[in-house]
This record gives sequence, structure tokens and C-alpha cells, in this order.
Amino acid sequence: MSLLYTDEQKELLALVREMAETEIKPYVQEADEKGECPRELFQWGFDMGLHMLEIPEEYGGTGLSYETTAMIFEELAKVDAGYAITFVTTFVALRNVILAGTKEQGQYFADKISAGGFAAFALTEPGAGSDPAALRSTAVADGDEYILNGTKTFITNGAISDVFVGFFKTSPEKGHRGISAFIIDADAPGVTVGAHENKMGLRLSNTTDLIFENVRVKASAMVGPEGSGFKLALNALNLSRAFVATLAVGIMQRALDESVKYAKERKQFETPIIKFQMVQAMLADMAMKIEASRCLVNNTMKMMDHGIMVQKEGAICKAFVSDCAQEVTSNAVQIFGGYGYSKEYPVEKLMRDCKVFQIFEGTNQIQRMTIANVLDKEYK
Amino acid sequence: MNIVVCIKQVPDTTEIKIDPVKNTLIRTGVPSIMNPFDKNALETALQLKDTYGGKVTVISMGPPQAKAVLREAISMGADEAYLVTDRAFGGSDTYATSYILSQAIKKLGGFDVILGGKQAIDGDTGQTAPSIAEHLGVTRLTYILDLKVDGDKVLARRQVEEGIETIETKFPILCTATKESNKPRYATIKGKLASFKAEIPEITLADIPGSDTAKMGLKGSPTKVKSTFTPQRNSTGVKIEGNSPEIMADSLITKLAEAKIL
Repeated sequence: MSLLYTDEQKELLALVREMAETEIKPYVQEADEKGECPRELFQWGFDMGLHMLEIPEEYGGTGLSYETTAMIFEELAKVDAGYAITFVTTFVALRNVILAGTKEQGQYFADKISAGGFAAFALTEPGAGSDPAALRSTAVADGDEYILNGTKTFITNGAISDVFVGFFKTSPEKGHRGISAFIIDADAPGVTVGAHENKMGLRLSNTTDLIFENVRVKASAMVGPEGSGFKLALNALNLSRAFVATLAVGIMQRALDESVKYAKERKQFETPIIKFQMVQAMLADMAMKIEASRCLVNNTMKMMDHGIMVQKEGAICKAFVSDCAQEVTSNAVQIFGGYGYSKEYPVEKLMRDCKVFQIFEGTNQIQRMTIANVLDKEYK
Repeated sequence: MNIVVCIKQVPDTTEIKIDPVKNTLIRTGVPSIMNPFDKNALETALQLKDTYGGKVTVISMGPPQAKAVLREAISMGADEAYLVTDRAFGGSDTYATSYILSQAIKKLGGFDVILGGKQAIDGDTGQTAPSIAEHLGVTRLTYILDLKVDGDKVLARRQVEEGIETIETKFPILCTATKESNKPRYATIKGKLASFKAEIPEITLADIPGSDTAKMGLKGSPTKVKSTFTPQRNSTGVKIEGNSPEIMADSLITKLAEAKIL
């Protein structure tokens, strides 16, 4: 492993590994096939406290660093990245309410999660993916309330959340400066969970449409000043990009673990295939990409722990790591040969799971635009 | 409710190797763990605390490295931990160990329930915890499945060969837990962090004045090991029953895993 872990970190990782291997792993294949994750599997995570790892203790969290939190989530992602992202999405939403909202809003949100709830970020719309300024959902002031209307799509944790951070246009004419964020209870009248997305991978992660029809929220549910929603969303993405990258590292590590094990067992021409140079080159390339990815994630986490805005670094991290993951998981399938293509073996799922990492939290094309835009400014 | 749990650090193996000269266990090269039955006892204690409130104190007698299992107990939810350790305690057999532990428990103050595992997986004697009850003169209930408190009464379900026995008694009591008692909980991340920082005070001979040193250590141990040998294995079949092939297969896998064959 590429990092120097403290004795404490090693103990935490061993604990999470034991739980995930014993309680979650045996059920992953069935859950992947069904495209759902039973609540009792998540209960193990809640009981262990994996839902609020990096949330400050004053909000009932554990107060771990981003760095250690990321190590723990890599461990979970080795068993299932969809399971891990359900918790990541939850704490990223909470973290951003704490960062951008009032103390009361942070506490309100934290209490919902602390009690064993999930949260979601309701930003993407059918016509607004990479371009949030094209949002069509609206929030119209009415006395000391806002009336929310709109349809959101691809919402991670859509059907299982207790609370959302939703993004709506308070001033439709102002483009991205007209977007505001609101805290919305999942059981508020007018909130409906729409179609469940039947996804290629990450199938333990719940993804749905969300429909808001004349949903009334108090003006005090607005997070940050009016029109600051876009900025909040970008800050959230800075955080979540680094965390999805750590999940991709977990997927890759699993792919390598399975591949080396198989290459040592599988014999052709009366020789274990790990002794063939072509296979060796593939395994070595996989290991190189994983080590580099893990170091990149770790460095990004350390920067975030120091309060540094990781606009460029987060984009580099997410795009690099998720690009590596395609090659690594594809090669894992290649090493397994025909068996790799079969659902009987664990590696085809890894290939399916990792594709979306090039797409969500901003496509890797958008990441490259972000990187280049920052470079443009840096060299002025 | 004041609960004391006695735990032991043991080698993580079912194959004990014995030093042919010293007649003692060879511990080098084998990772150490909390005795699994003691973990069941700790879980019983934590469940009692969850239901009725109170404090869970864990104690272990052993060398300084036994603090690792005490920390593990804290990470699972124990409130306090003490290591009973002194040169004078070295070489104690089950009689001496139970005497020293009973003195340490007295020093810790009042208690309602003392818990321990039904036996340790290294020595497999099953004597230490029940002997503590003798030294302290309290009711002893071995192989308990669970405990229910009703006013000043305690209802204990015991696993006996013929079935399950329900016993009514009063505090204070000493109970031993078995694998069937429960499934021990995982530590929490917060518990782990607390365990890294936890102070684990030592109880030494100086802390239990008035105790009888003639009952301690090698000299205070009536047990003398005359010889050791590896027993001949007489393999006996186990019939696995169940309502469906899946259940029977699960049961087989569980048994093989427990036997560390898988």
C-alpha cells in the first residue's frame, strides 16, 4: 500500500474491513442483481458510525480528518462502492449545510442524519447536467415562505433520504447567480419520489427522480444568502469529487486483489498465468495506476484538511483516478478471461461500477475544462 | 447496575503449542485476541447496560500487552478497564488467578453482576470465573443465555445439556457466557478513538493489601502440570440438520469457519 498509516488508522481500517467483509460482502451480488440495498445492510454502517465520520463533534459527528475518512471509505468501496457512496452523499450534503448554513440549520440537518437518516443533493435536472445555470426548478417567495416547483433527476439517495438540499431558481433571469439552496424534508407535502433509475453499475446506490409540486418551505430553510446556491453546489462538488475518487481507488484495489489471486491460481500451459510476461505487465500497470491514484487522493484530502479550496486539485484527482479505474477494471476482466465476463466472478461488476465515476460530480470533460480555466488564471 | 467483566488475552488459534520443557503455552508468533467467550460475556454486560443502565468495568490479569484486549473492550462500549498485573502474580494457575481477580474486584468496590466467558480457548479449563464466585461467596450461574432483571429478582436462562433452564436468583451474581449467548457487537469508530486515548490503570499487589500472597503466583498454585501430550484424534461425525439444503450448507460453512478449517 502506498501510504504510511498510523497505528490508529490501521486499527480503524481493520475494524471497517472486518465488518464490511463479514456483514455486507455476502449480500452484494444479490443486491447488485436486484438493484437495491436492504436497509439492514446500511444499519451496520450506522451502528459503527460511518455516516458522520468527518462531521465535527459539536454536531454529533466523529470529527475525523478528511484524510482518515477517505481511507475508511476506500475500504468500504472495496466491498461495494454503491454502499459507500450512499454514506458519502449523505455526509457531503450535511457538511455543506454546516459550511454554508447557520448553526441551527447545521444542527437540524445533523440531527436527522445522526438518528440514522440519509440525505441527498437535489441539483441535476433533465435539462441541466453539466450546466446548472440551465435549472428550471423555481422557488417563489410567498410571505415568509417559498413555494418550490420542479423535477430533479439522477438524485443519489432520492428514495431513501430523510432530508434534501435542493437547488431552485429564485431569480430565473439571473442565470447561475439566480440559484438558491433550500433544506427540504423528504416528507414535506408535495415532494414525490419519481422513477427509480435502473443503472449499469453502482446498483446498491439508490438513484431516482424527485418531483417538487408546490412544496412550501420556510424562508429560514434557505441555505446561505439568496443567489448563493451555485457557489454552494460548486463547493460541494470540490468535496465530493475527492471522495468519489477515493471510492474509485477502492474499486481498483479490489480489481487488483482479485486479479493477482486469480493469476496465481489459474494455470495454462501448466504454468500459473502470473508467470507470463504479458499478464505481469498488466498487473504491474494496474498496481502503478492504483498507487498513483491513492497518493493523489491522499494529497487532495490533506489539502482539504488544511482548508485549501481544491478546485483544480479536486478536478485533477477525480478525472485522473476515474480514468485509471476504467483501465484497471477492464484489465481485471481481461486477466480473468472468459470468466471475467461472467457474473459468476466478481470483476465484471467492478467494470460496471466504475464507469459512472467518469460521469458524475461533473464529467471528466468538464473537469478538464475546470483544470484548464484555473491554469489560464494561474499563468496570468 | 454495576457490572464487572473478566476478560483474557489468548492466542488466536485452536492449535495450542506447548513448550515441552516448561510445560507452558508457546505464545510467540501467534497473534493475540480477546478470548471469544469473554467477548460474549462483554456483549451480555453491554446489553444489560443498554437495557437497565449502569457501568461496565472490564478487568484482565496478565502482562502489559494484555491492555490491548482491554482497549478493545472500551472500543465496544465498556466504561472502564483495569489491568491486574504484578511479578508476584506470574505463573498463577486457575485457583491463584481467581483469587487475585476476586481481590481486585473487591478493591474496585460494589458490583451486581460479574461476567466471564465459559472458558478460555487456550487453557480450556472453565475454572477461573466460577472460582471467583467461590472466593467472593456469590451466586454462580454458568452457561447463561441471557439475564432479565425484575425488581430485585434476576431471571437467568442457562444452557444445560438437557435443554434450557430458567433460574430465579438475586444480585450479586457471577455468570459465564457462551457462544450461544449472543453475537458480540462491533466496536464503533467513536469507541475506537476513545480506546486509543483511554487510561488503563494497573492493579498491582500493593493495591490489594491484606490479601494472602500464599495464594498467588507459581507458589500459590496447587496445579502442577506433570506431562503434556497431543491427544489422539478420535473423529466423530456431526449430523447437520435443517429444513433446506441452503440452511444446512450455511450451517456447515459456519461450523467449518468456527473450526478454522475455512
